[in-house]
Amino acid sequence: MSDRVHRKTRDALRDKAAVVGVGCCQFGENWNQSPSDMIVDAAYEAYADAGIEEPQKQIEAVFTGSIYSQAGPHECSDALKLFNVPVTMVSNYCATGTDAFRCGVMSVAAGLYDTVLVVGYDKPKDRGVSGPSVMLDGVRDLPKTPAGWFSLCAATYFEKYGADREDLARIAVKNHHNGTLAPKSFLKREITVEEALAGRMISWPFGLYDCAAQTDGAAAAVITRADLAQGFRDDPVMVRGVVIKSGPNPQKDPDNDFLSWKPTGWAAEEVYEMAGISDAARQIDVAQVHDCFTLTELLSYEDLGFCEKGAAPEFIRSGHFELGGELPVNTDGGLKTFGHPTGATGVRMIYENVLQLQGRAGARQVKGAQTALSHNIGGHPTVCGIAILGMP
Amino acid sequence: MIGISRSGVYIPPTRLGIKALGGGPGEDGGPEKAVAWSDEDTLTMAVAAGSECLRGTDRLQVDALILASTSHPFKEKQGAAIIARALSLRRDVQTTDLGSSTRSGLSAIRSALDAVKAGSASRVLVIASDCRMAAPGTSMEAHLGDGAAALLIASEEVMAEFEEGYAIHDEIVDVWRSGSDSFSHSWEERFVIQEGYQPRLMEAVEGLCQKTGLALADFTKLALYAPDKRSHRTVCGKLGLDASQIQDPFFGRLGNTGTAFAPLQLIAALEGAATGDRVGVVGYGDGAEALSFRIHEQEIGTELSRGVAWHLGRRRAVGRYDQYLKARDLSTREWPTPSGPGLSATIHFRDRSDDIAFCGQKCNACGAIQFPAQRICETCFSRDDFHPISLADKIGHVVTYTKDHFFPSPNPPTLVAVCEIEGARAYLQVVDCEPDAISIGLPVEFSFRRIHEAGGRPNYYWKARPVPEHGANDPTQSPSS
Repeated sequence: MSDRVHRKTRDALRDKAAVVGVGCCQFGENWNQSPSDMIVDAAYEAYADAGIEEPQKQIEAVFTGSIYSQAGPHECSDALKLFNVPVTMVSNYCATGTDAFRCGVMSVAAGLYDTVLVVGYDKPKDRGVSGPSVMLDGVRDLPKTPAGWFSLCAATYFEKYGADREDLARIAVKNHHNGTLAPKSFLKREITVEEALAGRMISWPFGLYDCAAQTDGAAAAVITRADLAQGFRDDPVMVRGVVIKSGPNPQKDPDNDFLSWKPTGWAAEEVYEMAGISDAARQIDVAQVHDCFTLTELLSYEDLGFCEKGAAPEFIRSGHFELGGELPVNTDGGLKTFGHPTGATGVRMIYENVLQLQGRAGARQVKGAQTALSHNIGGHPTVCGIAILGMP
Repeated sequence: MIGISRSGVYIPPTRLGIKALGGGPGEDGGPEKAVAWSDEDTLTMAVAAGSECLRGTDRLQVDALILASTSHPFKEKQGAAIIARALSLRRDVQTTDLGSSTRSGLSAIRSALDAVKAGSASRVLVIASDCRMAAPGTSMEAHLGDGAAALLIASEEVMAEFEEGYAIHDEIVDVWRSGSDSFSHSWEERFVIQEGYQPRLMEAVEGLCQKTGLALADFTKLALYAPDKRSHRTVCGKLGLDASQIQDPFFGRLGNTGTAFAPLQLIAALEGAATGDRVGVVGYGDGAEALSFRIHEQEIGTELSRGVAWHLGRRRAVGRYDQYLKARDLSTREWPTPSGPGLSATIHFRDRSDDIAFCGQKCNACGAIQFPAQRICETCFSRDDFHPISLADKIGHVVTYTKDHFFPSPNPPTLVAVCEIEGARAYLQVVDCEPDAISIGLPVEFSFRRIHEAGGRPNYYWKARPVPEHGANDPTQSPSS
């Protein structure tokens, strides 16, 4: 990656677009809701938030993200009756929601449209299985379970830094607590470290409580040009930077040390440059970090520069990332309590960060938050997305 | 001189106690049988035995491969061709499947001897492998065991010279499995022994003696196929063999391994033989066949680190009968086997070098070895500039691992590891390893296994397993998942 590319992307995106409305449906086992029902809930909340009364006239383009949808982008445009507009569906593993958001931001920054809608959603609970499916499409990747992929850093990290399952359990306890304060979360139950450690084993060292819930959900955001934002609401949130980075498959990457996931470090480097952040640990006030598994959140603290490599367990024990800590992470309970309807997650994080920056996060409000980060990592993992939002 | 140059065996480490059959409590130290686990079958055992037989030799010298089995996973599709690919044999190796009868193990050896004698091949790899299915609750279930034996038949470096052979055929419905049957059947055992096994086996032995002018006393050891322990004892008595002449058939430890049974005993006899010894081997099934070998000075048997004794010593008792039923796909399931066409045949076709031969590639520009094959080098980004390199016979080590309880398995957890092999990294299941025994840096070798079944068709791939100490018995074996 050359400096030239750096500067170009930075100048092209930084502060060019603003989020003026966000919405999020109730996440959970939404047996009685179709994808369309959830899309309508999320989008109409975002419309109301942005003061949009005539979406068919005001929304110029739609960017959707979903990995389970068989219906393609039409599912979203049909649900919202947004016709005669460009509609695009993004699929990028767990970074799908963040990538849909990035596409929306890029289109506005490029001057193609004034106002666009981003919708992330997924409906895994229509498949009749409680966990992820064990997919049998090729012989080489078996067993193909996300817990099996993401746990590969555990043996190495534990051995090198002396961490253990209890450090992971503390992350689950924190997120369960935060989830009780978020009206739209799925799990609203406090747990203890002992409970977390006693959960049945899924993929060592991940017990049940180390894993995100599996839910249905949809979230939406209205993005507009920075100079038009005040026309929607007087506290618009600026997009400081948004980045997607690919990475090699860590299972065959010849020099992976299994102490961090490469795409997060690469995405962080570029998004901080884009957003003008030189010291993430001090300059980020609140963060939504991908916690598909507790260890993913732990590694991300370090890979995002919130603390030194190897220091996460100590920071966890000190309460650094709890509500009321120095840098609260997953203030709404994260994937742990919202579940992970893959396409929705990145946009759901945008929703939480916008509420935090506008001081609308209720009991989980981080006082005076000015800069917020959201992060997804997905695939084997092979892709990372990061978005940084800030108040003007 | 024509005869046996090398040998290799494979006996699955999993043992099922005979007392545990039907669900009763097992008995420690009681009679047991070797059972192929859920990721093993005729072909995986054949690859293991063949690979052991060829260890340290130039595989490209093999001219032909014959597989003998009554339990081919495919009724139409050749097993030998899969094995030849898995063993990375030469492209122009003549491959043949023999089957239909437990006697075909010996027929394969005889065919190989004839081919070498005729000069149409100088080295023929013969593999007999069987994983026969007996219906739960039948007496056959107690008798059958699983295993594979491989012999390299050649005209050079011969350790056991072929002397003579004698075969007879017979029409009798004693043991059979029709096209639609899942299980092998046997008519009443007394009939099988009295009218089939016993007279035909003796006829073959006597025929061999007549043909060669040898007396039974001239044989140092006789390796005799037998459907079960009692018939073996009866035949030995009828032939008047001295106790020292009888090759231990390993009943109570191995079980009747079908086509591989007589060859396995032959290998055990060769392992214990001295120069000048004469060893006879007799197979049975729709007739009988007897072969006679004379041991030469070149005692390759002594350098076998993983011979019959090693395999018999390497054992891990399966805890419960229902685990065995699950592993052998004999238990009732909520859903029938997924139907449909199975995995894409075209993808299998494109990936066979990676998946079946476990072949990686070496970059001609930077020397980095990688797996699977890909167009652009992972390290230096050169395009299409590689040569293939086999990883199957290399030793690697565990970079990191997990223990997956979620993946369907008869005995979870499934151990999974990122393994480094000559600098390449591969994501593999780990077998023959207790969950507590896996660790970062653990040296591993690679084993051809059934990875799963879809569309009624097995799919094969390689798994990692801890490198056993050469010659040492490893009691900490676990059935693979």
